[in-house]
Amino acid sequence: MSSGFLIERHARVYRHAWLVFASGVFEPLFYLLSVGLGLGVLVGKVPGPSGQLIPYREFVAPGLLAVSSMNGAMYDSTFNIFFRLKYAKLYDAILATPMRPAQVALGEIGWALLRGTIYAVAFTLVMLGLDLVRSWWVVLAVPVAVLIGFAFAAVGMTGTTYMKSWQDFDYVILASMPLFLFSATFYPLSVYPRVVQVIVEFTPLYQGVVLLRDLTLGVVGPGLLWRAAYLAVLGLAGLWASGRRIGKLLLV
Amino acid sequence: MVLAALARGDDPPEPPDHGGATRPPVPPGGLSFRAFQCWLTVYRRIWRSSVWSSVLGPLFYLGAMGFGLGSLVDKHGTASLGGVSYLAFVAPAILAVSAMNTAMGEASYPVFGSVKWNKIYIGAQASPLRPADIFRGHLMFMTMRIAMNAAVVTVFMCAFGAARSPWVVLAWPAAVLTGFAFAAPIAAWAVMVTKENSFAYLFRFGMMPLMLFSGTFFPLSQLPGWLRPLAYATPLWHGVALCRALSLGRADLPGALGHVAYLAALASAGIWAGARTYRRRLYV
Repeated sequence: MSSGFLIERHARVYRHAWLVFASGVFEPLFYLLSVGLGLGVLVGKVPGPSGQLIPYREFVAPGLLAVSSMNGAMYDSTFNIFFRLKYAKLYDAILATPMRPAQVALGEIGWALLRGTIYAVAFTLVMLGLDLVRSWWVVLAVPVAVLIGFAFAAVGMTGTTYMKSWQDFDYVILASMPLFLFSATFYPLSVYPRVVQVIVEFTPLYQGVVLLRDLTLGVVGPGLLWRAAYLAVLGLAGLWASGRRIGKLLLV
Repeated sequence: MVLAALARGDDPPEPPDHGGATRPPVPPGGLSFRAFQCWLTVYRRIWRSSVWSSVLGPLFYLGAMGFGLGSLVDKHGTASLGGVSYLAFVAPAILAVSAMNTAMGEASYPVFGSVKWNKIYIGAQASPLRPADIFRGHLMFMTMRIAMNAAVVTVFMCAFGAARSPWVVLAWPAAVLTGFAFAAPIAAWAVMVTKENSFAYLFRFGMMPLMLFSGTFFPLSQLPGWLRPLAYATPLWHGVALCRALSLGRADLPGALGHVAYLAALASAGIWAGARTYRRRLYV
């Protein structure tokens, strides 16, 4: 339970930077506006999950929610954690207390998820306000967005423990950018040749995009459980690995 | 006396002459070139990691936006784009945006970190370099990075058939000018910044809306009327419009000169301000 102390610590720190915290809501909002005002008109209608043609903005909004969950979690678990690990020496201090590495990992990911939940709620409310939701299943959109955040935060945190300098963050961008652009976020999978489709179907963000899109548009089937399980397993594996790595780095 | 002069913010006196023989001659471009060489030395150690994001980043964007999204847009009709394919429409915008992004990346945290974290500026300030030299040297390095990244995008544009005119060779310097017009004022501001939170706002409320609403991914004619003048006033729009006109071979001289004048004015203001803010910050 002592992971909660870490969350409390971050909450206290962010009290001095609450505007940074709050302004995170604007980023997906800008994207939604840009799509609604501009791209939506250019693209017109696209085939939705059930094959029916739907307005582009209804297609792309859940994709943007998935992307913002991933980006938020990756940002929190890479840049911020690297800073705490290497410069602020936060974990050195924490591990001098009864707290253990696994609890540090859990606390960090818990914090990332708390943040992600607030953004996901805000985003979903904006989607409702702009009339982009077609189904009551949308109540599951926030938990799914948090699940996406969990998977990427855990993996990102594990990766961070291997990093040596700020230059290594180019590799984080290199990993997240193709996921952001190619996971059927901005256009349906059918645009790709078959080979690329198969590759994309195995990537983690794609699972999140499909989950959220099917939920907001109300095309729900049991197959979605597999996608959720994929993300959950990824997150749990990352959680386990990052706890071990923090212990290895700091408890020598 | 020297300290008093420094405290007033005057230019420091010439460094004492050590006999001439042992001192290397000042290279052309003055001392700022030495500050530039310092950044080159750093870059030689770290270029490998950035080469991936500089090469693959634009490739991914061109692929996803130009080809992926483009296939949907082209199917729906491209009358509002002036009849060209979405790839040809969006590629020059990606060129200008990537120049802006490189500029913002190089002029924000690296400048701030040179004062606060690794203190490169503080070290340089103890040498005969004046703050203005430190500023101009770093700016040269930023320009080099912008030019390198913009060259990569331009080559991809040509390779993918996104460029419609040989004038595209001028889109490269146009993009460099766009990046420079961001780099100089942002560096001038970044050196005065005391909390790194400020950069989060720059990226969130500066870079992001500029990238989305400057006629990049869709023509400005689709924005509501009251928003359009605002978009026309942004520097990125001028960069995008200039690069696009050149790449599509639709540039007219007065229009192009107008964009260049706007960007050059912004860059000059940045250079003017930077020499002052660097002095204020580094001579305390």
